[in-house]
Amino acid sequence: MADPMRIRASITGDTAEVKVLMRHDMETGQRKDAGGKTIPAHFIKTLVAKVNDKVVLDANFGPSVSKDPFLSFKVKGAVKGDKVSVTWVDNAGETRTDESTIS
Amino acid sequence: MNQQRRNIMRITSVLGAAFAAGLLKPADVFAAEWSQKVFDAKSLEAAVKELGGDKFTVSQDVTITGPDIAENGAVVPVSISSRAPNTDFMAILVEKNPSAMSASFNIPAGTEPAVTTRVKMGATSNVHALVRADGKWLVASKEIKVTLGGCGG
Repeated sequence: MADPMRIRASITGDTAEVKVLMRHDMETGQRKDAGGKTIPAHFIKTLVAKVNDKVVLDANFGPSVSKDPFLSFKVKGAVKGDKVSVTWVDNAGETRTDESTIS
Repeated sequence: MNQQRRNIMRITSVLGAAFAAGLLKPADVFAAEWSQKVFDAKSLEAAVKELGGDKFTVSQDVTITGPDIAENGAVVPVSISSRAPNTDFMAILVEKNPSAMSASFNIPAGTEPAVTTRVKMGATSNVHALVRADGKWLVASKEIKVTLGGCGG
């Protein structure tokens, strides 16, 4: 199973800044191992972020997003205590969802 | 290998059951479908076409920020933002990568059109921020130099 994400969300004024750090190899499918064999592509394809079950960001990633992807975005009108959840799905069908609370 | 397959099967079947039970509507989970064509596009022009646009304009309302020189092409921080009203889509494209499209974002109302992420760059290249606002396609570009060899500078 994939490693957990780190999600941090903090409020400034009426806007919450959400920062997400995922753990994923983001293998491009273009690198070769020591034996010259191509390492198969393995990367996050879709990501959905929600605040209190409302979708606030919906992203598609390609293999050129860096290893252990970082993402930050801002949501207006969120308040302290709101729940943030982030779900990703990779090209192997693996998925992971993590939750945090806005502080 | 088998263990991995088993895991995948388990996840898929759990998700499948959730879909069947109506707990999760597919549309709730993935509002935008991942398109191979968009991610295979070799240029900004081709990517815009695959996304359903025909032309784009360079705009002052779109901002792209990143380092002028990236010492490590594997981790290049890039921020894109838009001041254009009704921005509902944003994307980061690296011109000289094997495929240009790096990441795309659908921005629902209430979310600020400003995202930051980190991308890989194979070589010195123009990096584009592509934005759709009011049905128009807007672009801002920045050249980021990639230093290979690790001596910096």
